[in-house]
Amino acid sequence: MSGMASGIPILTLLTVLPVVGAVVALLAGKHARGVAMITALASMAVALLVWSHLPANGSMGLAEVHQWAPSLGIEYHLGVDGLGALMLVLSGIVTLMSIDAAHRVHRQPGLYFALVLLLEACLFGAFTALNFFHWFLFWELSLIPAFFLIKLWGGAKRGPAATQFFVYTMAGSVGLLLAFLALFLATKSMDFTHLSLLASTGELDQAVASQFHQGPVMMWLAVGVLAGFAVKVPLMPFHTWLPAAYAEAPSPVTMMLTGTMSKMGVYGLLRIALPIFGHQIAQIRTPLLVLAVATVVMGAWAAAAQKDLKRVFAYSSVNHLGYCQLAIFALAIPATSAAMQASQAAALNGVILQMFNHGITAAALFWFVAMIQERTGGHRGIDDFGGLRKPAPVFAGLMGFALFSSLGLPGLNGFVGEFLIFRGVFPLAWVAATVSILGLLVTAAVILTVIQKVFTGPVPERLATFPDMHHGERLAMAPVIALMLLIGLVPQLIVDSVNPTVVNLLAHWRF
Amino acid sequence: MQEGLGFTPQLTASSIAHLLWLIPTVPMVAAGAMSLLKQPRRRIASTLAIGSLAFSLLLSLVAFGHVVAGWSHGEAVRETVNFTWLQFGTSNVDLGWVLDPLSAVMLVMVSLVGLLIFIYSVGYMAHDENYTRFFCFLSLFAGAMLGVVISNSLLLLFMNWEIVGLTSYLLIGFWYQKPAAAAAAKKAFLTTRIGDIFFLLGIVWLFAQTGTLLFYNGGAGSMEPLALGGLLAAPAAMGLSAAGAIGLLIFAGAAGKSGQLPLHVWLPDAMEGPTPVSALIHAATMVAAGVYLIARVYPLMQAGSLAGGTTTALTVVTWVGASTAVFAALIAVAQNDIKRILAYSTVSQLGYMMAGLGMGGVAVGMFHLITHAFFKALLFMGAGSVIHGCHEEQDVRRMGGLKVDMPLTFVTYAIGMLALSGFPLLFSGFWSKDAILESAHKWQANQWPFYMLLFGALLTAFYMMRQVSYVFFGIWRGHKPAHESPAVMTLPLAILAFFAIALGAIGTPAWPWFRGFLEGHSAGFELAKFGEPGFLPLIATSTVVVFVGLGLGWALYGNRSPRAEEQDALEKVSPMVWGWLRDRLYVDELYGVTVIAFYWWWARVADWLDRRVWGGAVAGVTWGFRSLAHFNRFFDNYWVDGGFDKGCEEMATGGGLLARVQTGRVQTYLRLLALAVVVLAAILIWSSRG
Repeated sequence: MSGMASGIPILTLLTVLPVVGAVVALLAGKHARGVAMITALASMAVALLVWSHLPANGSMGLAEVHQWAPSLGIEYHLGVDGLGALMLVLSGIVTLMSIDAAHRVHRQPGLYFALVLLLEACLFGAFTALNFFHWFLFWELSLIPAFFLIKLWGGAKRGPAATQFFVYTMAGSVGLLLAFLALFLATKSMDFTHLSLLASTGELDQAVASQFHQGPVMMWLAVGVLAGFAVKVPLMPFHTWLPAAYAEAPSPVTMMLTGTMSKMGVYGLLRIALPIFGHQIAQIRTPLLVLAVATVVMGAWAAAAQKDLKRVFAYSSVNHLGYCQLAIFALAIPATSAAMQASQAAALNGVILQMFNHGITAAALFWFVAMIQERTGGHRGIDDFGGLRKPAPVFAGLMGFALFSSLGLPGLNGFVGEFLIFRGVFPLAWVAATVSILGLLVTAAVILTVIQKVFTGPVPERLATFPDMHHGERLAMAPVIALMLLIGLVPQLIVDSVNPTVVNLLAHWRF
Repeated sequence: MQEGLGFTPQLTASSIAHLLWLIPTVPMVAAGAMSLLKQPRRRIASTLAIGSLAFSLLLSLVAFGHVVAGWSHGEAVRETVNFTWLQFGTSNVDLGWVLDPLSAVMLVMVSLVGLLIFIYSVGYMAHDENYTRFFCFLSLFAGAMLGVVISNSLLLLFMNWEIVGLTSYLLIGFWYQKPAAAAAAKKAFLTTRIGDIFFLLGIVWLFAQTGTLLFYNGGAGSMEPLALGGLLAAPAAMGLSAAGAIGLLIFAGAAGKSGQLPLHVWLPDAMEGPTPVSALIHAATMVAAGVYLIARVYPLMQAGSLAGGTTTALTVVTWVGASTAVFAALIAVAQNDIKRILAYSTVSQLGYMMAGLGMGGVAVGMFHLITHAFFKALLFMGAGSVIHGCHEEQDVRRMGGLKVDMPLTFVTYAIGMLALSGFPLLFSGFWSKDAILESAHKWQANQWPFYMLLFGALLTAFYMMRQVSYVFFGIWRGHKPAHESPAVMTLPLAILAFFAIALGAIGTPAWPWFRGFLEGHSAGFELAKFGEPGFLPLIATSTVVVFVGLGLGWALYGNRSPRAEEQDALEKVSPMVWGWLRDRLYVDELYGVTVIAFYWWWARVADWLDRRVWGGAVAGVTWGFRSLAHFNRFFDNYWVDGGFDKGCEEMATGGGLLARVQTGRVQTYLRLLALAVVVLAAILIWSSRG
């Protein structure tokens, strides 16, 4: 990294920036939102800078390595590749959207925006850390701001929802912690890069086997790690915390939860589970695929049964992230031909695109729900509306973009990732792909039902004065819609930075 | 393979081929501009829409001229421009466009019919408050449809195909405040999407198998012999090759879009949209996209057939098409809504096109597609003129005698009706339908499709005569007197009527110009064709069938002026059968109690699983931990010696932790987190020393 290697620890700066912003926001009182906005914009700029300075060969760039606790194998090791950098950009965008959407926070705005910025810092930390200890700190710490944001600013049932969210995710992390302790005992290392190198040569399996003499320890460790991510993403049936948390969190926080925190789980699968436990995942690929297919199909169908718009989109998120997991598990198979390698590359590119696209689209959807709630005094039942297109045509049109992006309409961002995922999964696991494609149909039915119930039909009298989006809102939403169109039409803009990393990763993974 | 028949393909792309992308893009950009317009800018909107499509028509004509010129010099023009859209691993997703006889013919048809309907809409939608939005959607549709036509990549075709589906959805639901329109829009999108998920599977399979989604790419395309050979060699299942299986998957998509059985149910409901939309999208162009798709991938559908033989995929296409042709024609007999009769007629005629593709090849299916586009657009716009003139009345029983009040509409409508019925010699529909019947007659696999299509022809003539009798003959049975439509509406009718007659000239057996053009061989006058054994009897048979149909229709309905309250003439014959047909043979009801009921039932199952089973399991685990914690505390307090109570306190804290977690006290969480870190560090230090 020629231009940036001049000693500026840019990834550290990126993580510290929101923390500083949080402290200022805490003191800024009613100006907190402005402070948060400026901080988020600055972070966004730094994230984009990082994204534009990736190594062309897809390897880790912008590395920062410092000794921390060498006897414990703990190093301060940061670095990003195409995957990490894209997640940084996504976190930046979604945080900006979330802060922009949160203009109605009147109670303790200082604390609120400080917590949002802390959450962003945790995301940046987790997406750049390459040492388990360091990464795990951010992984766990991110729960704290999220918990308080739900608990203090959430809806009527926020208490149980926040608790369940916190405890469930935390319980999932136990497996992660134990697994890495065991790996450390066997290898004296907690470094992701080092561990995945050992895994790719098969030395890791040997080291673990000689450390723990009995049983398929590596397999148990893999299951423990997968459990942690399965809760976070989530994978059915470990998702029950999600609908309540998404529904009870204030909508701007839900944007963060679905747009970025769920991506921490998928990121973990790609950065940690596949490189280190690829061989074990390949062995239990079939049951994992079954769960992923269930996540896709049952997630979509569960969305169909919901009466609360936020729960509809919560389950729809489960469905969309199900495609990511479907592709991740499908590609965990030893490639015996160039055709299989091509399919793996398609699937992995698809996963990363889907992460980004879902982040943008889902955040936008919850933003629109926030606007609906604001304008109707908190209504968000799917049957509470009708004919909104009449009083609010611009609102209907722009939300229509987000809805059709979620549906996977070609020309908008959602399609590209799903196309690559199915392109990759079908040759590798055709039964799973064939059943999962039902999800596309059910999702379409869910989304069109939402449009039908909310936007069409006669307008009830109480909605006749529903205000349309004002200029500020249109201006805020326009870049998001433009991004959906841009990625839908020219996906290479993103893939350019992702594909080298995909090739690089696949070359090192061992299944 | 068709290429084998003709001249050598020309590979370098001409300048017009390089500009081909403008044809879909200009209307799309116009649509984008219109979406930013303020609502009342009516004049600007319609000018933009008509101007951009006129530009597309002009360019299409230039492209068509280029292909015709090449063809008359003995070259089979097939020029492609391809580019890489996306890279994954070391593979590419390539897109591109193609100029060949198939795309050139379709371009001219879509942009010409589209332009006429745009002009007509200026009159028809004059009083609609969302006039600007209407032209915006219409332009987007035209752009996407033209995109489908020029695509040289199955993926690019699919992308445009879906946008076409979106605009169809938006336009069916254009009057979104009517719940019926909103429901019909949703039904159309979802029904076609059923076909589309199979289509998407076919696409990814084809892509995985051949490594490309381009149709033609100088020998490396998926529709070229090298790739087809590989597809034929790859087995799929049940004796099908990959080529056959992929062909069937793609056909599922085509069947959805083109309203073939069993996915036809959305098309009649789509008539909730404004009538110009019905004419353009749900009669002339979009619904024909499925037929065009099959024509485009015909090398794949045909792969592996021996001379004169057929393939599994084409056999399925034939049977589905023939069944649809008869099924929909039967239902059309017993409908009373002027647009619904035409809608079922469209479904039926699309069946003819599919059957023509299945048995006779690209030229046969496409010829009927082109002629049908003109006369069916004419009929729909005529119906729109009637509806307009009758003050939004759509029930044919409440019309009558309009030949006097609306003479221009009547004359043009009559021409369309005769073309659709296949009235001999003079009308294009006769020649295109006859070519399908001829190929069915020659089909070696089975003669049933021939008889089915012949019966369908009888029904077609019959239901059209019934409709025309109701609408234009007899006496006026409405309330307010009807009036003729303005020139902006009748002029396009006249132009379409001209084509409904004239187009026959390019496809008669004596001068099969259209077939020669599409198949890439020269077409001279072949009067000897009439002397072929069996040919004249076939023409005579179809002529007799048409006259019987028309005659029966006239005998039962002509000049009778039955009132809406009266029984239909056929109802008196068999009220039971009439009821079945009037109720559309209960297909919607069948789907209601099967597919749709399953959808909602399964949604409730998914929800129940979530709330009760998975949620219940989590609650159970929580309860278990709580009990354990309470037990632990009890054990500590009463059984353990107070001697090491310091340790016990720690244990109690640890045991009670999970229980306390439920109280939502924040200190607990922080403590838990801190504890985890401390424990981790302790273990690590301990183990690193060891």
